[in-house]
Amino acid sequence: MTTLILATLALAPLAAWLGGRSAKVATLLALWPLGLTVWFASALRILLQGGVVTDHVAWIPSLGLNLSFRLDGLSAVFALMITGIGTLIVVYGAHYLDGHPERGRFQASLFAFMAAMLGVVLTDNLFTLFVFWELTGFTSFLLIGFDHEKESSRRAATQALIVTGAGGLALLAAAVLISQVTGTLTIPELLSDRGLLTNHASYLPIVVLVLLAAFTKSAQFPFHFWLPGAMAAPTPVSAYLHSATMVKAGVYLVARLTPVLGGTLLWELPLVIIGGLTMLGGAYRAVQETDLKRVLAYSTVSALGTLFLLLGLGSEAAFTAAIVYLVAHACYKGALFQVAGVVDHATGTRDIRRLAGLRALLPQTSLAGLLAAASMVGLPLTIGFVAKELVYEAGLKYALSPFALVPAVVVGSALLGVCGLLAGFGPFFTPGAPPEGSHRASAGLWFGPLTLAVLGLLFGSAPGLTSGVFSLAASAVAGRSVEAHLALWHGLGLPLGLSALTLLLVALLYRARKLVRARAWPRSLGFERGFTGFLRIMDFISGRIGPPLQESSLASYALTFVLSAGTLVGVGYYLTAERVSLDGLLDVRAYELAISGLIILGAIGAVRARTTMTAVLCLGTSGYGVALTFLLFGAPDLAMTQFAAETLTAVIFVFVFWQFPRVDQASARLVKLRDAIIACGCGVLVTLLALDSATLPTTRRLSDFYAEAAPSLAHGRNIVNVILVDFRAFDTLGEITVLVTAAVGVVALLRIAAAERQGG
Amino acid sequence: MELQLAIVAGVLYAAGLYLMMRRQLVQLIIGLGLITNGTNVLIFTSGGLTRTNPPVIPEEMPETLEPFADPVPQALILTAIVIGFGVLAFSLVLAHRVHKASGSDDVRGAS
Repeated sequence: MTTLILATLALAPLAAWLGGRSAKVATLLALWPLGLTVWFASALRILLQGGVVTDHVAWIPSLGLNLSFRLDGLSAVFALMITGIGTLIVVYGAHYLDGHPERGRFQASLFAFMAAMLGVVLTDNLFTLFVFWELTGFTSFLLIGFDHEKESSRRAATQALIVTGAGGLALLAAAVLISQVTGTLTIPELLSDRGLLTNHASYLPIVVLVLLAAFTKSAQFPFHFWLPGAMAAPTPVSAYLHSATMVKAGVYLVARLTPVLGGTLLWELPLVIIGGLTMLGGAYRAVQETDLKRVLAYSTVSALGTLFLLLGLGSEAAFTAAIVYLVAHACYKGALFQVAGVVDHATGTRDIRRLAGLRALLPQTSLAGLLAAASMVGLPLTIGFVAKELVYEAGLKYALSPFALVPAVVVGSALLGVCGLLAGFGPFFTPGAPPEGSHRASAGLWFGPLTLAVLGLLFGSAPGLTSGVFSLAASAVAGRSVEAHLALWHGLGLPLGLSALTLLLVALLYRARKLVRARAWPRSLGFERGFTGFLRIMDFISGRIGPPLQESSLASYALTFVLSAGTLVGVGYYLTAERVSLDGLLDVRAYELAISGLIILGAIGAVRARTTMTAVLCLGTSGYGVALTFLLFGAPDLAMTQFAAETLTAVIFVFVFWQFPRVDQASARLVKLRDAIIACGCGVLVTLLALDSATLPTTRRLSDFYAEAAPSLAHGRNIVNVILVDFRAFDTLGEITVLVTAAVGVVALLRIAAAERQGG
Repeated sequence: MELQLAIVAGVLYAAGLYLMMRRQLVQLIIGLGLITNGTNVLIFTSGGLTRTNPPVIPEEMPETLEPFADPVPQALILTAIVIGFGVLAFSLVLAHRVHKASGSDDVRGAS
């Protein structure tokens, strides 16, 4: 599996190259995801016999990071959606963007996304999951901002990246907490000691963080606004990422961690409440929209809410319903998005008020739309019907409050059904003339949606085909064996009655759609505006804070730096220092004092110098003084080096600076006084530190080791030299490298100067 | 003797920092040079001072003459002197280029 995922990523450049050619050539790219689909489908056989497929590659073993992948029922359902719909989207995208100058980039980003998304659903390590999770966000950013010349595209892409990226950070934090509590990050190991987390003090923050990650990624209230915004992406992207795959990563995360974290009210209640709110709010907003893609986007938000709601119900029936609903939604919504794209492509508009009578012009597309809409409405024989029956069944079994839940689910489903009709039925079967300039669609365009819609019909009419896989997936969510009972006919019962009621509501609401659109209140709750406002406030604050800190004046940076470093060290010294006793530190000889006086005079002279040359001479004087000090206190090597360095510095100074202007002491008096006080304070601090560390009791163990080892191990008599060229030879190598780099820099800069002199 | 060298280090730092907060590149670089020296004196003092033998084993003798100066800080400082020289030389030439290119060595104008 590692190979498959990495190969998908590695194929991205090939996709860019092939995708940039004609639609026919680009269609060939679909062979790869098709192959992957076949691979995963054949792996199902192993799963159905009770096995799991695992793959393990050590990545950074020293950090405990491994690339290990694990295919179980839940992963397989997601992987098949990703690769299967991916195949169709590659074909669809190739035709949809035919003639677009950047279509190669589209295919490349699509492949990269596919690899990342497969990583999310197949990895069995939470950290790796985080990495892939952020990769999907990143590739999604690239795809939403595909038309990066449009400002609206860039804004939508950035917004999605910020919202989902922030959620990703929450996921990282949750992973860190989980690993601290359990000491492991691999999902199978987490599964084995359930209860450890739910009884731990960190359980609450972990749940909050995980749900935050899931809700942002899957566009739940109040983070839902990025998804309709993401409709700025080309329609193939919307169909793939923003309905069938990426937005379901949050659902996957919650489903995956339900056996580990679930089973408590703390986990389930937020899922039910937020999921329920999003389900109703999203569907309600969807029927008000007039843009085909926005209708579908809000209905996707609503469907994701339903999925979270189901996962929050916590019963086996609800988990089964969630899995079936997930697949049903991927089939009909993936199809409807592509249908919307075909309509847009053929007519040039997505306004549902203007779209009518397209059936004759787009016969195959209208069939796809009709089938998908039927599934979304929940007509018998479609998988949408099966899913809805299961949802109602699970809702009726909800122990806490079925009376509040079931009406909400019925209303949500009815509104979603209206959306289905608006997108898949209205444009084709409303009597009227198609918009002017409409043209037919090529087979590459209607192939994808029709396949998905027919699949929805197939899964719905032959439920035995999929029930085994769905049982496996539901078992993975529940953490125990679950048998999914899928049937064409669930018998006469309350769920069937509710389904009939829903159909009635759909019919009524669809007839009154114009009224609903006109009278709907409230319209937008303004979360997107709130988000933009929040960003604007942040911009404002940094606009206020930034400039004073970024004065673009080196002197003020130096001041800030010296002041803060001095304060930090000073406070630390004040808090920890003991009184220094000066006994034995005052043993001074006259010539030593003279040399120290020379250094100090040199330093003061350098400060007060009026010409560059005086300053250089003063610097040299104090440097020689330091060298003499080294000589006096038993360090002849240092003295020699210091003499050489000091001399060379003076020479270079004179070479370079002979033409520099006089030191004009440009600062104002008060500024100088301030700087002098700060500098003197730091100087006093350094003196105190030096005294403090000089009087600390030290061990000479290291020195004694070197003194012993120098002649015996390194066969040298000068211990300092031996340390440098033998014991610490690598340090010296680094030092030489620095010196060479500096020398290269000096020569290069001087050459430019010479060239300019010659040229000018 | 520690006291007097500690004061030397302090003065070198104070003068260096003061110069680094000035506006002219020349002063900045001279300040850098002073701080380099100050740091070396600081490490040297911290390591403990002795007026006795350097850490060299005389010919025909199996061991150093006790007591001898601590070789570890010396090795550190030796590296520091060389690196300090490299940095100083490079920044000097860089300042020269800035001066040439902008016609001024006022760092406030050289942004």
